[in-house]
Amino acid sequence: MSKHHENHGSVKSYIVGFILSILLTVVPYYLVVNHSMDTHGLILVVMAIAVAQLLVQVIYFLHLTFKGEASGNTLSFIFTMVVVLILVIGTLWIMANLHTNMMPDTTMNSGF
Amino acid sequence: MTAQSINHHSDHHHDHDAEARSKVLFGFWIYIMSDLIIFSCLFASYVVLHTHTFGGPAGKDLFDLNYVMIETFLLLTSSFTYGLAMLAEQKDKKSQVLGWLFVTFLLGAGFIGMEINEFHHLITEGYGPSHSAFLSAFFGLVGTHGLHVTCGLIWMVMMMIQVARFGLTPMVSRKLACLSLFWHFLDIVWIFVFTVVYLMGVM
Repeated sequence: MSKHHENHGSVKSYIVGFILSILLTVVPYYLVVNHSMDTHGLILVVMAIAVAQLLVQVIYFLHLTFKGEASGNTLSFIFTMVVVLILVIGTLWIMANLHTNMMPDTTMNSGF
Repeated sequence: MTAQSINHHSDHHHDHDAEARSKVLFGFWIYIMSDLIIFSCLFASYVVLHTHTFGGPAGKDLFDLNYVMIETFLLLTSSFTYGLAMLAEQKDKKSQVLGWLFVTFLLGAGFIGMEINEFHHLITEGYGPSHSAFLSAFFGLVGTHGLHVTCGLIWMVMMMIQVARFGLTPMVSRKLACLSLFWHFLDIVWIFVFTVVYLMGVM
């Protein structure tokens, strides 16, 4: 019998999560070490695997669900993810723009 | 007091504990969400600054992926063993809880030891945080994560003492659940440090 209302999963769910996490760590490692594709594709694949890893850990270790009282946690998590994406993508976007538009042209400085 | 009223009293007590527990866990969850935003800022600044090496070494020249792989496995396994501690806690098995907490602590301490060694190595080679913007951002991001793990380890020692002294009371169990959230959260942040800093660094 479980003592609390919230769900801590079972041994099985922790083992499944653990095995998936290891797989999702080893696969990108080998992809990078063997230079399996060009850098651009590699970045996309590795990031996608990291996001998959995030979902695995959130589901199997943190047990986020939409059921019952715990849905408040899930909603605040989704909200935070939106904030995180705005922060990170927004920063990269603005800084890349500044870089291309505002950086002094090095070829013009060569005469000084 | 009749048997019924005693029963009623303990029911009431149980409800109160359950309510306090869900409030505390939700509050702690909100804290973790705000911590996530701190990390996302550090990630954003790292990604912007990682090419600014000021003529010094880039990630490619500094990182040893095999070494970082071992660190990753230590932290990943520690997250799993903490889960086992929580399962033992649910079954009221005090000695098992202590055992898994101790294993988790050792794995976490191994992780931190390896990280301190890596930082020490970089600094003695002259590549400290003041060397370039890239290294400032690197030490800022990875160091903040390491500091969190260190706090988690200190908290874990405190929890082992409390479990040993007070047993698995509602209060102790609540704190164990908070530390569980914290520990799994640090593992998730590390996955992104591993991917963004190390895997992308050596590409």
